[in-house]
Amino acid sequence: MVLTTEKPEAAPMRAASGPNRVKPSAKKRPKGWWLPFALIAPAIVFELLIHVIPMVVGIWMSFIKLTQFYIANWSAAPFVGLGNYQIAVNFDGAQGQALLSSFLITCGFTVLVVGLSWGLGMAAAVALQKAFRGRAIFRTMFLIPYAVPMYAGIITWKFMFQQNTGVINQILGSLHLIDPNNPPFWLIGNNAFGAMVIVAIWKLWPFAFLMLMAGLQTINEDLYEAASLDGAKPFRQWRNITLPGLGAVNNVLLLVLFLWTFNDFNTPFILFGGGEPPAGDLISFHIYNTSFITLNFGFGAAMSVLLLLFLMLVSAIYLVSINRRSRRA
Amino acid sequence: MKKRVLGAAAIFAAAALTLAGCSGSTGSGSGGDAGGSITYWASNQGTSLQNDKDVLQPLLDKFTAQTGVKVNLEVIGWNDLQTRIQTAVTSGVGPDVVNIGNTWATSFQATGAFLPFDDSAMGAIGGADKFASTALSTGGAAGQTATSVPLYGYAYGLYYNKAMFAAAGLTPPTTWEEMVADGKKLTDPSKGVWGTSIEAGSYTENNHFAFITSAQNGGSFFDGSGTPTFTESQNVDGIKRYLDLMQTDKIADPADAQYSTGTESIANFAKGTAAMIFNQNNAEANLTADGMDASQYGVVPIPAPSAGKPAASFIAGINLSVFKNTKNKDAALKFVNFITSADTQSALGKPFSSIPVLKDATPTFTTDPAIATTFSNIYNNLSEPLPTVPLEASFETEVGNAMNTLFATVATGGSVSTSDIESALSTAQEKVAASN
Repeated sequence: MVLTTEKPEAAPMRAASGPNRVKPSAKKRPKGWWLPFALIAPAIVFELLIHVIPMVVGIWMSFIKLTQFYIANWSAAPFVGLGNYQIAVNFDGAQGQALLSSFLITCGFTVLVVGLSWGLGMAAAVALQKAFRGRAIFRTMFLIPYAVPMYAGIITWKFMFQQNTGVINQILGSLHLIDPNNPPFWLIGNNAFGAMVIVAIWKLWPFAFLMLMAGLQTINEDLYEAASLDGAKPFRQWRNITLPGLGAVNNVLLLVLFLWTFNDFNTPFILFGGGEPPAGDLISFHIYNTSFITLNFGFGAAMSVLLLLFLMLVSAIYLVSINRRSRRA
Repeated sequence: MKKRVLGAAAIFAAAALTLAGCSGSTGSGSGGDAGGSITYWASNQGTSLQNDKDVLQPLLDKFTAQTGVKVNLEVIGWNDLQTRIQTAVTSGVGPDVVNIGNTWATSFQATGAFLPFDDSAMGAIGGADKFASTALSTGGAAGQTATSVPLYGYAYGLYYNKAMFAAAGLTPPTTWEEMVADGKKLTDPSKGVWGTSIEAGSYTENNHFAFITSAQNGGSFFDGSGTPTFTESQNVDGIKRYLDLMQTDKIADPADAQYSTGTESIANFAKGTAAMIFNQNNAEANLTADGMDASQYGVVPIPAPSAGKPAASFIAGINLSVFKNTKNKDAALKFVNFITSADTQSALGKPFSSIPVLKDATPTFTTDPAIATTFSNIYNNLSEPLPTVPLEASFETEVGNAMNTLFATVATGGSVSTSDIESALSTAQEKVAASN
């Protein structure tokens, strides 16, 4: 709505500064000139409401001391400038150290989850590229984790990972891979990291599979025929035909997988419930805990802004390097 | 493309705020019609959220019939309650009356979002004199006007299995050392039987025992001015003593390190795979549901070390607060008066297994008069209030979580020394101090 009221002012201005043959008159406007603006207005309004305003408020929050003493009346919260940021990046302090370790855990988590999800997705997509009996069944089966409601899926994993009653330890025990009298814990201690990675991959790889499968449909079958006539082995075909053919898909896919995984909140939140093990302290979960449980919203906002800057930086470098490469090609 | 990506990151950056914003745009919680209507957020005290509704609704209908004030009830689980209240405080949009864990009282008081129960507000709900003084002491920081009044009282006790104790020729322990010795006699890992079962993965339970064991040592987690003193030796030793139930005494199953719902240890006790449990006095409903009759167990105060102070619990319970920005203050106070009245309290005592918070009220939370006497004694004479300082909520979370991690270390085969506990507490203290 803001835009529709601004536009009529802009038009006469242009007319006044322009050459004389343009008559300064609203009559000149074609019928229905407002329609495009009216159509786009809801999108703009919601973009402002949902993205821009919360972001600006979040940035403002990061500069004030918004603790339990001020959350009922934000305007009374003292301005602390970069104080919250200083605490966050002071790696000698407890908070800075905790943030750093959470950041490093998240980096390791992201590399493993994105790498393995992409690898699994690619392997499955290539395996199902050629038509064979029962292909549709496999395709459907592989997509099930993506279709299961996230909460239900993760809570099921939580049951399976229980130390004394979980099915995972029962299976491992019956295969004699673990000592059945002293089964390992999966949701506490250092194994929690591995459990979290497994659940996140289970949740994420069908998406990679779906995207890559769609991408594969666009590659011309003739290329493969020609390559096999020239004696190219499957791996060579994959490297020289499939991978370049999927270039555009991969560019987007990897970025999206990275952002989703780095921001993953649901997996640790549902898997570990209230008491998270240090090995499962992903960064968004860490920020949530700081903000809500210890009632320090200013500090939480500062960490969020740092995270935002980091993700913007990585995304920008990634996109620039991809653009360069595609220009060279 | 790029914009979208940045947008996605932006959503995240403002996650906390968006949450607040969501509820902010839905309008006021209270109806605000002439006869008056209020919104009441109740905590989960019964066996399920539905059970709470079933218990409360008839009483609320009675209140409406008496006063003409309509009450919109919402029962909120413990996982969400603190966050929901914080969101309501932050956005200024919430219920009129709310249940809070009484240990949060001072932290919430510090936000300034709740109505102080000054003389006139106290008068409207029947006067401060109607409450037992132990219960009333949890209402807020000492020396300030309380922003909450007691609703339900709870206390910890040591539940022991009568048959198992008799078979081993034991009597209920009166000191911590006796309890450990009894536990060792009753533990037989090859049969899956343990002296005790603890909720070692629950940060709230862990924090409660950090407090109780420290109080037994004469320690405290905050000094008189509200500054954290986590690393005091009494606190470190207390936590060590509790961890050692699993680490060196080996009377608790390492599997307990994963217990966090508050019901697993009760289930073990009912099954006879744990001879003793520490639990608040609301275990009866769960034990009955798990097939254990009240005649099969006894309760004694959690024993202190022979050289220690006889602290057996903290003053646990649920308090009631009124949001300061309520549009219907009179109706809200009428409701507080009603739900803390003798009749309503006695009706709620049994379904919610609570110790009366009113003076001279008769306990209705158990069928066993001996257990009722024991818990009333613990609550009124052997319980200490948790620190009434604004940092209390952060203290609970940070120290409790630190203990989760320490228990995880023990359970996964590591060892925890006094200096490990000290450094964990020092980290927790630094984090808590930072949110001041």
